[in-house]
Amino acid sequence: MITALAFYLFAGLTILAGALTILARNPVHSVLWLIMAFFNAAGLMVLLGAEFIAMLLVIVYVGAVAVLFLFVVMMLNIDFAELRAGFVRNFPLGIAVALVLLAEIVIGLGAVGQGGIVLGTADGSAAVPADMSNIKAIGMLLYGKYLFLFEAAGILLLVALVGAVVLTHRKRAGVRPQSVPRQNARRPQDATVNVKPEVGKGVSL
Amino acid sequence: MTQLFQSFGLSFEWSWFIATIAGILLIALPLMLSVAMIIYVDRKIWAAMALRRGPNVVGPLGLLQSFADGLKVFLQETIIPSASSKALFLLAPIITFTVALMAWAVIPINSGAILADINVGLLYVLAISSLGVYGTIIAGWSSNSKYPFFSAMRASAQMISYEVSIGFILICVVIYAGTFNMNGIVMGQKAHILGFLNGYGFNPLLFPMAVMFLISGMAETQRAPFDLTEAESELVAGYQTEYSSMSFALYWLGEYANVLLMCALNATLFWGGWLPPVDWAPLYWIPGWLWLFIKIFVFFFIFSWVKATVPRYRYDQLMRLGWKVFLPVSLLFVVLVSGWLMFMRNGI
Repeated sequence: MITALAFYLFAGLTILAGALTILARNPVHSVLWLIMAFFNAAGLMVLLGAEFIAMLLVIVYVGAVAVLFLFVVMMLNIDFAELRAGFVRNFPLGIAVALVLLAEIVIGLGAVGQGGIVLGTADGSAAVPADMSNIKAIGMLLYGKYLFLFEAAGILLLVALVGAVVLTHRKRAGVRPQSVPRQNARRPQDATVNVKPEVGKGVSL
Repeated sequence: MTQLFQSFGLSFEWSWFIATIAGILLIALPLMLSVAMIIYVDRKIWAAMALRRGPNVVGPLGLLQSFADGLKVFLQETIIPSASSKALFLLAPIITFTVALMAWAVIPINSGAILADINVGLLYVLAISSLGVYGTIIAGWSSNSKYPFFSAMRASAQMISYEVSIGFILICVVIYAGTFNMNGIVMGQKAHILGFLNGYGFNPLLFPMAVMFLISGMAETQRAPFDLTEAESELVAGYQTEYSSMSFALYWLGEYANVLLMCALNATLFWGGWLPPVDWAPLYWIPGWLWLFIKIFVFFFIFSWVKATVPRYRYDQLMRLGWKVFLPVSLLFVVLVSGWLMFMRNGI
């Protein structure tokens, strides 16, 4: 009973927030609705018993990705009316894409109804036992069976990271960067002179 | 607690519902009281270090000062700037305050006394603390004013930066405990070192992590010396500049609830939570919540002490500390800790 209520609550709010993401006039409001959609999706995952994925969704998407979205959207001066100008013209295209996606979902659900593909048994071995906590289960799969693919994904991310640094890094001449060790090594006597000048005499520096 | 309500003849669903509500109230109400008192304590400690008296007029020794302040802000007028985005402007302090309370659901207060004993307890804390940044960003943006906006930018960059190293520090603890469950982490610390010291902090490999977690916690909660978001000499009052009366009070309470949460996390993750520091039978006669309370108080004293004595960081120094010092060091310790455990458990 409570599960069903929670499901309809989360699912309804996800759809509502998703719709408002594209309907909101202000881009910042759009991003905030998107965050709401992420959050409710995380709620749905908790209902499925995938609490690890749910927490990751909140930490990664809500906690990091959406913050960066928000950053960019707040900084840029986006005029949404201008972006919306082509809305009516592109409407048939949008409908076509939506229909393709809907068809895919329907076909997918139909296929599962006929007995879906059992995941996690690529080499014929049994799936992870159900009584294991799902962090452990995911860990066993990622660091056991799919170690190579997992590491490959990691290397791919590393390449993307290095690429981003290479693309944005500029060497500029004439910059005097701060050297923290040098600053820390500096003592008061290097920078100041303690003198006691006699009356009427100046100080030579 | 569910069984207790079931024994009154209620059905399981209803007794679960009532027990959960009661649990939430049992955590939130004492927490609010502690927040009020801890603000008083903070001011007293700060005053003592500055050789002042601090609040001493309202009630005996000024103990009721926080309540007087609360009453005062309650009676003030709520001013909403006309150029602000009103709904978000009012939502922001509520987000901050709610998020500050939510994470307490997984803090074990005594043996078996935890509101939500979930498998992913620590991840839940991370997820909730990453939500905290929205209260600040939304406040800064919706105020439609320069200084709050600058402050919101600073706050979000700062919180995201320090969350990264906090994540790595927590991974060290999780590798040792072998679980994300908060109760499991506390129980894993029982007689951890030399067979009688309770706490990962006593472990020479994890002690540097405990210190780094304390410092990152200060940065994460935007306490001095990392309170750049509220740097009054540059930003008026930071993201809360435009707030008044109750909405301001919500920020104020939320901030201190966050600080208390950080203290509780320090105590729970590194210093044994509700366990006494030494695994010695007579010490267990003192109830667990009291031990937790004492530890939280000690950490809060450290927070206040730092606030009273350390000058504010410059923003580039703050970023350097987070990205160039804490991140590499915590990453190194993840390698060290996992290597050491691998060596201890499996040999070479």
